[in-house]
Amino acid sequence: MLPELGNFALILAMTIALAQGIVPLVGAARGIPGWVAFARPAAWVQFLLLIISFSILTYAFVVNDFSVAYVANHSNSALPLMYRISAVWGGHEGSLLLWVMLMAGWSTAVGLFSKRLPPEMVARVLAVMGLLGVGFASFVVFTSNPFDRYFPAPMDGRDLNPMLQDFGLIVHPPMLYMGYVGFSVAFAFAIAALLGGRLDAAWARWSRPWTIVAWLFLTLGISLGSWWAYYELGWGGWWFWDPVENASFLPWLVGTALMHSLAVSEKRSTFKGWTVLLAIFAFSLCLLGTFLVRSGVLTSVHAFASDPTRGVYVLLLLGIVVGVSLVIYAWRAPQVKSAGNFALLSRETFLLGNNVLLVVATATILIGTIYPLILDALDLGKISVGPPYFNAVFVPLMIPLVIALGIGPLSRWKQDSFERLGKILRFALLISLILGVLWPWMLFGQLDFMVIVGATISIWLVCSILLDLFYRSRHKASLWKGLTSQSLSYYGMSMAHLGVAVTVIGITFSSYYSLEKDLRMAPGDQLELGGYLFHFDGVRDNHGPNYTATEGVVTVTKNGEPVATLYSQKRNYTVQQMPMTEAGIDPGLFRDLYIAMGEPLGDDGWAMRIYYKPFIRWIWLGSLFMVFGGILAASDRRYRLMEKRKAGLNTDAKLAVQES
Amino acid sequence: MRPKQRNRLILAIVIVLFVAISAVLALTALQENINLFYSPTMIANGEAPQGRLFRAGGMVSDGSVQRDPESLEISFKLNDEVNEILVKYTGILPDLFREGQGIVVQGKLAPDGAVMATEVLAKHDENYMPPEVEHALETAKKMGVANAGKE
Repeated sequence: MLPELGNFALILAMTIALAQGIVPLVGAARGIPGWVAFARPAAWVQFLLLIISFSILTYAFVVNDFSVAYVANHSNSALPLMYRISAVWGGHEGSLLLWVMLMAGWSTAVGLFSKRLPPEMVARVLAVMGLLGVGFASFVVFTSNPFDRYFPAPMDGRDLNPMLQDFGLIVHPPMLYMGYVGFSVAFAFAIAALLGGRLDAAWARWSRPWTIVAWLFLTLGISLGSWWAYYELGWGGWWFWDPVENASFLPWLVGTALMHSLAVSEKRSTFKGWTVLLAIFAFSLCLLGTFLVRSGVLTSVHAFASDPTRGVYVLLLLGIVVGVSLVIYAWRAPQVKSAGNFALLSRETFLLGNNVLLVVATATILIGTIYPLILDALDLGKISVGPPYFNAVFVPLMIPLVIALGIGPLSRWKQDSFERLGKILRFALLISLILGVLWPWMLFGQLDFMVIVGATISIWLVCSILLDLFYRSRHKASLWKGLTSQSLSYYGMSMAHLGVAVTVIGITFSSYYSLEKDLRMAPGDQLELGGYLFHFDGVRDNHGPNYTATEGVVTVTKNGEPVATLYSQKRNYTVQQMPMTEAGIDPGLFRDLYIAMGEPLGDDGWAMRIYYKPFIRWIWLGSLFMVFGGILAASDRRYRLMEKRKAGLNTDAKLAVQES
Repeated sequence: MRPKQRNRLILAIVIVLFVAISAVLALTALQENINLFYSPTMIANGEAPQGRLFRAGGMVSDGSVQRDPESLEISFKLNDEVNEILVKYTGILPDLFREGQGIVVQGKLAPDGAVMATEVLAKHDENYMPPEVEHALETAKKMGVANAGKE
């Protein structure tokens, strides 16, 4: 009975989303206040219904109701409660329900935090979100309903894919989805602004915090996925240029470009048409990612049982969204006038450079990702594009980006001079050129050209961030006063840029100085790697709630001193009879020690994989800096002040362009 | 020309040049890093390239997996139910590698006709069949039937 109620709530939510998509739009066009005011409560009710629907599905997992097909396919009575709950989004149907619920949640949040926005604007934004909601809710209802029943109900479920039984995978999908769906807000703002004909600085200012929040969730989601791949897949890699990884990385790159382009649109009232296009592309790439991952055209852990109608449906949705929004853009954009004028050396130019580099990077990755799919679809042969392609195109684009990142925030809007920037930055140049060689040399005793490049640009970036902070603060009565008078969004930006430097260091050092050894080990064997002595003590039996395991124990010593004991497991999940490797890792800020068991080789011997990975944690540490920077920037008080200021004004009055 | 127009023009030229150069470099990189897929039948017919990385896929033949007891060297055969090829590999195999399973390897051709694999991929699900392998099996079957008809 309950699952039918969940289904009913979902269908009701879909019809309300439809009303939310149409009524306020008509109301805004015709100027009917009652219809305009319909948007907010509709979003509320839709969200509430979806929470009910989602909770009922979760409940079915908790009580092991295997008469629900989705539960039977993705859970088992022996599965621990934590994984039974995360199994709700462990499959195709449930993860889409999560998507729909999160989208309604974002709509509700927009309704809640935009009390001071002109009502027509809010109505249009929520209407666009409502229409997108209809698209996805109908996708769930008609092609992937999680409430479908099995009759007769099986005795027990088929269990969750063992790969997904892990903490990283509990949090990775919701974070990623928050990001994906969050970009629908930026998209809705852009479309609403185009429809309403008010593509002004105020629009840019309204969409900025939303874009930043969506971006920080996406950042978190991607880094969680990378971290999970590192410790769970047992190969010690953290990024494989796998199409599903690219699917999440593409909207991130365009989203990053959008964040920066919005800054120009807000402060200088220029780049506006371009910003709108970026907002459309960012969300379209989110949809493309969903299509790639969900349609079964790709083969990976994310591609669930493939059903061609689903792929067609998402492709259709993607086509409609891209097509309609580009038509609206073509219709409205010619009326957009860019006010700003800027010199060749100015902050605008640096931000333009940021956009060009990021968009070109997106395009090259997009080509490498979908080229094999297009060839396959046209029956022109089966090919794959390997990581060397992506590294060859991506790295050379990121080097100038990081170098420019060191100058951009220091430069002035409108016009700057080489003398002024040179005077500030020559110090940073000197330090980074010296330390860029010296630091890796002192740490590792050997150098590679790319290591010097990576270290130099990172140190350059850190120096420029510190110099910028110093130059901004020194005119105040005291340095402390100067430091505290900087805005939160400024600190957010610096923090996120610092994160880039930290990540670049992590990528560079771990790529060039990692040591790796695959070998046969019998109990008592030892291996020296990176100054550490790995001693294989032997294997023992172990078991968990739904698996049996053989556990290998390796003790690590350095100069005779004990460092760590690593446990790697070879698990066999009993329900699906699926083997899994659990890596044994001793994490550290400056190095990870990593072992993974291979297969037994006879005579007590085991295939073993042993890694020494310096600075690998910095990759994710940097992304945490970026996330934290995003939080700081989004909570800047000017976004709240703006609402208060707006309250005193007539809603029709356009907000002044200049920054107070 | 006014300074504003001049600036715009310079920026536009720089961007167009940059994008054009990136496109050329990206396409070159793409050309060099495309790995074509060959089925056991195609490899047996000598269609696979010499000295270039490619992908091959098929079913791991039953009873063909042989290990060196002292190292991680391993050899096995891949078949598409018509032809069979030898694959040699040194390293750790993925969890889901087993006889009778459809897998994909990446590697180069050795002078003796064996594939020296640098990577063995067996993905995620024991019932899963890589689409390349499925396609290879179908083609081999059709060709086998066609050849039988000729003789």
